[in-house]
Amino acid sequence: MTQILHLNNVCKTYFLGEEKVSAVRNANIRINKGDFIAIMGPSGSGKSTLMNLVGVLDIPTEGEIFLEQHNIAKLSESDLAQIRGRKIGFIFQQFNLIRTLTAKENVMLPMMFQNIPSEEREKRALMLLEQIGLKDRSNHRPGELSGGQQQRVAIARALANNPDMILADEPTGNLDSKTGHEIILLLKNLNKKGKTIIMVTHDINVAKEAKKIIHIVDGEIK
Amino acid sequence: MILDYFKLGFKNIRTRRLRSWLTMLGIFIGIAAVVALISLGQGLQMAVTQQFQQLGKDKIFIQPGAVTMGAPGTSSGVSTLTDHDVKIIEGIRGVERVGGAIFKIGQVEYRGEIKYGYITGFSFETQDLIDEAQSYKIVSGRNLKKDDKYKVVIGYGLASGDIFQKSIKIGDKIQIGKNGQEFVVVGTLDKIGNPYDDGAVIIPLESAQEALNTTDYDMITIQVKEGEDVNKVAEEIKTRLRKDRGEKEGEEDFRVQTSEQLAETFNSIFAIVQAVFIGIAAISLVVGGVGIMNTMYTAVLERTREIGIMKAVGARNSDILTLFLIESGTLGLIGGVIGIILGVLLGMGASFFAGQALGTNLLKAYFPAYLIVGALLFSFAVGCASGVLPAIQASKLKPVDALRYE
Repeated sequence: MTQILHLNNVCKTYFLGEEKVSAVRNANIRINKGDFIAIMGPSGSGKSTLMNLVGVLDIPTEGEIFLEQHNIAKLSESDLAQIRGRKIGFIFQQFNLIRTLTAKENVMLPMMFQNIPSEEREKRALMLLEQIGLKDRSNHRPGELSGGQQQRVAIARALANNPDMILADEPTGNLDSKTGHEIILLLKNLNKKGKTIIMVTHDINVAKEAKKIIHIVDGEIK
Repeated sequence: MILDYFKLGFKNIRTRRLRSWLTMLGIFIGIAAVVALISLGQGLQMAVTQQFQQLGKDKIFIQPGAVTMGAPGTSSGVSTLTDHDVKIIEGIRGVERVGGAIFKIGQVEYRGEIKYGYITGFSFETQDLIDEAQSYKIVSGRNLKKDDKYKVVIGYGLASGDIFQKSIKIGDKIQIGKNGQEFVVVGTLDKIGNPYDDGAVIIPLESAQEALNTTDYDMITIQVKEGEDVNKVAEEIKTRLRKDRGEKEGEEDFRVQTSEQLAETFNSIFAIVQAVFIGIAAISLVVGGVGIMNTMYTAVLERTREIGIMKAVGARNSDILTLFLIESGTLGLIGGVIGIILGVLLGMGASFFAGQALGTNLLKAYFPAYLIVGALLFSFAVGCASGVLPAIQASKLKPVDALRYE
């Protein structure tokens, strides 16, 4: 199996005023292509910090993170952004769509930052929206879509640059259980097609859907 | 890529419509003022330059007084120019013809009504020079002839009844000067469009000296012979008059200027006046720029989360920077477009008003291509410059913090 992400003794420390907070301590995680991993823990356990590190949105205080062969500590901010755009797709609890843009434009956005020509962007965005069953909503703004629809648009956006890995931070957190279940089914489906999925959740029923669960308590992986 | 950024920026501007309009207000007032002032200034300068061209390059003018040039008739009476000076100049090589002239604001009486006119007395030798320079055209009657005495040609305003209650016809008699010397009207001039020329009272030099009780000239006009160096002749005149008056170089109490020098003097004064006006208008542009900066700072705060999202999906710092710069530049640019339209309307309105109310056609707005293009580029640049600091702030946000921002 191809390893795509490796966290090696990773620590993340914050300072809240004078107080030192160790959000993540000595985390060692290996993620292989095709994995479906749930990171579980109560609130304040450090799972969001871990998620940010895995998604290279943040860099560790200590230890190393390898995304494929790249040591992310050695990359510039711009290179990190480019790698993020190409290799990782994000799904957030708050959907985080840009409200001034239509569903289609939201899906096109990650491709814009990879300098993909606009005709190609549009074609691919429409194809992705069709796959998640929202092609007829492509010209609607997020405010005109239901929560479940917004999250599906977010999934289409995460798939825009055809990344290897999808990071989902509480993807069902703002949805009712039925809609949440549909989203989980979508993610499972993507996993079947070969996408690596890492999902943060505090809901054991959601976590059970993953192939592997990592528990984190007080910043330590159990 | 850049085009996409423009689209995004435009979208954001449109979403916050009221705020965008208010922000652009500062820019378009400034640009409108600059465009209107420059267009009117350019028009005025062109009209004056044209008049100087009509004057020709072979003329030399001498005026009394040592200070810088003023309008004819305003010269201080410190020194005098007299027939004696005319005689000296006549003897200088290269001089084709010389003539003294008198310019005074004086009393003009018609049927018991007393008004003031711009009285001009010319020697017949140089009269055509003045006619040319002022673009005088006789519309009825005739021009002054050699050996005319107590005959007068009057400006359009005097003849038409704009100034007097009754219009003046050829053959009517008017009294000029405090002593009420009677003159017969022999001709009237076409409308020129300014009160000075339309209120002109042109009489023969000797009659003027008599009516106004003076022997001094306010100006001596010289035409240089064809093929002679105007500047050399002017220098020679200066030297000879200086010698005659026993004055040292640089301490002359008279001024000798060629028509080209006159044009240069005008242009340099004009450039300063215009620079001052544009400077004032530019202040409003600076204020407009601060308005854009303020709006962009607010936008960065409001869209912090959005910036975080864009960074998460692959936007580099430079992408965010460009995005915000283009957005603020677009604010400036749209403000500039509206400002140019307003400025053009303002300039044309002012020309129209000047033509109607003041009766002058000197103030014609002129819009060269560089003014329009320059104003567009400048407004975009003001927008971009105002957006630099907010854009840098936006681009430096850490994705994790930006995403967490509520």
